[in-house]
Amino acid sequence: MLTLDHVSKIYKVGTFGGTDLAAVKDVSFSVDAGQVVSLIGESGSGKTTIGRMILRLTQATRGTITFDGQDVAKLPRRGYYRLVQGVFQDPFSSYNPIFKADHVFGMIRSVYFRGMPNAEWDARVEAALEAVGLDPDQVLHKYPHQLSGGQLQRLLIARALLLDIRMLVADEIISMLDASTRIDVLNLLGDLKARGLGILFITHDLSLGYYSSQRTLILLRGQIVEMGATEKVYGNPTHPYTKMLIASVPLLHKKWRQVEQELETTAAPAADACTYHALQPELRGDGASAPARPALVEVEEDHFVGCIRPYVKGAC
Amino acid sequence: MSLQVNDLRVYYRTLAGDVRALDGVTFSIAEGEIMGLAGESGCGKSTLGKALTHFDSRMRYVGGDVVLDDEPLPIMDSDAMDEFRFWSVSIIPQYAMSAMNPTRKIGKMIADLLESRGEDAAAMRPEIERRIELVGLQRDVLDRYPIELSGGMKQRVVMVIATLLNPSLLIADEITSALDVSTQKAVAETLIEFRDRQLVRTMIVITHDMSILAQVADTITVMYAGKLAEKAATDVIIGAPKHPYTRLLISSLPEVGVRYADKRLTGIPGNPPQLLDPPLGCRFQARCPLADAQCREEPPFVEVEPAHFVACWKVS
Repeated sequence: MLTLDHVSKIYKVGTFGGTDLAAVKDVSFSVDAGQVVSLIGESGSGKTTIGRMILRLTQATRGTITFDGQDVAKLPRRGYYRLVQGVFQDPFSSYNPIFKADHVFGMIRSVYFRGMPNAEWDARVEAALEAVGLDPDQVLHKYPHQLSGGQLQRLLIARALLLDIRMLVADEIISMLDASTRIDVLNLLGDLKARGLGILFITHDLSLGYYSSQRTLILLRGQIVEMGATEKVYGNPTHPYTKMLIASVPLLHKKWRQVEQELETTAAPAADACTYHALQPELRGDGASAPARPALVEVEEDHFVGCIRPYVKGAC
Repeated sequence: MSLQVNDLRVYYRTLAGDVRALDGVTFSIAEGEIMGLAGESGCGKSTLGKALTHFDSRMRYVGGDVVLDDEPLPIMDSDAMDEFRFWSVSIIPQYAMSAMNPTRKIGKMIADLLESRGEDAAAMRPEIERRIELVGLQRDVLDRYPIELSGGMKQRVVMVIATLLNPSLLIADEITSALDVSTQKAVAETLIEFRDRQLVRTMIVITHDMSILAQVADTITVMYAGKLAEKAATDVIIGAPKHPYTRLLISSLPEVGVRYADKRLTGIPGNPPQLLDPPLGCRFQARCPLADAQCREEPPFVEVEPAHFVACWKVS
């Protein structure tokens, strides 16, 4: 459904924009209908930039993003946003505190459903609220400060559902929510997936990614270093960076030392232990910028790994 | 017995009345214990940390007493606390990232701080360098400005500053929350290192992240709406909690190995009560599946098993 093809984003930084900063480098992946794909990266990895490019809040410097085969940069904005919507990290600052929270619904109506009769619109709102598990009596006609973070976040998802979207970009949507309510928002992603939506779930939290997604992408310094079916990436991590991340996640029932031993990550990764180049020996030494060089190679079915160079300096 | 807190009450003054952020808290921490303090936002966990070190202008002392190493701590009197701060009690604040003076080199700033306490900064320089290395930084960070350091590095520098005078009690308030998983692990492990080397004798680690506490804490105390709900050894809280709130909270946490498709977790319906006018009796009663008429009376915080304290009528 949504496909990114060799997408890069380069920011001009420094005095007079003299220096290039590549926030996203040669990223290709796709999100299908009825699929939750988690995009995992630490701060500065470019995960939010990828979400913003998909939502057309910023333009890709190179590469194309297509939705059902059509280049999204060329689609009319209004039509595109009927299909693809985003929800972001901070629900408290997504609302105007002067207006009631359901004002965000009214804005959708004034742009997209101008001629719709009231009864039909109310039914639509009710259906959207039901889909996100909210009781209309509890959330309609309330100001943002009267609602909890989880309710506000679910209202924003309901707002997206009013448009019959087919794809949702969820950027760290539960990081600011409390433990007792965040799981409800996370479960909601699973419910939406069952309705056939494609979801890009951007997060820094590996346990949340594991819980909700079918496919996982691991992002490091703007590059995808490992990608594949979630159980394969977590069960058989191949890239040393993925292993390090998995070993660093605090678990409830297992101490860090035990996980380290299981994954054998205690020693620093050797510069020549690159699975990518072991599988593709003919690509060795041709430099990272070679145009024909694939970003990832397949280690097993539906499990791809990249070169260790972004993680281990001077490798390969 | 290292720290003993007895029926501590601290309210926030607002125009609408007193917000009872800390409403009768009683607990003790043993010598060498790392106590984790967990709870959702607004439960009073940070207020407890601040009450033990430094009252801010909105906080009002209402009652209770604190004894540290058999000596009463004059927490309500900020001037009298000057004698104890840094020597006996110290805090790593929640926003350590912005806690440093941006116009001073770090080494110079530390020297200023030490001199303000009447310590000989030059004589302590070798010890400062040793501790900077202990937290995994290069000693040349002392000649750098805070802006040149990453978030995790700043956090560790603040940790060194807060513990330079070997306080008996250290309070670490959400010190891992803003960090990436890999730095989070390094910082959390440094906490244990400080305790094991006896640079700090006892610690209160405040966080909303239960899995971090599972890694570092010896005991976990769970707070709910200004009161303590449960305190026990880490394994007991994680594996066999007794308070309904702790049980629901623990069972709502996703972790690597748990998937939406296999095991659907559920959150806790409802929201914590307003502390401006809290309900009578147990503060969890509105969200508790076990609540009945008895819960309208306040449950005492009692020892139900050796070293296992619970405030719930339904646990005997």
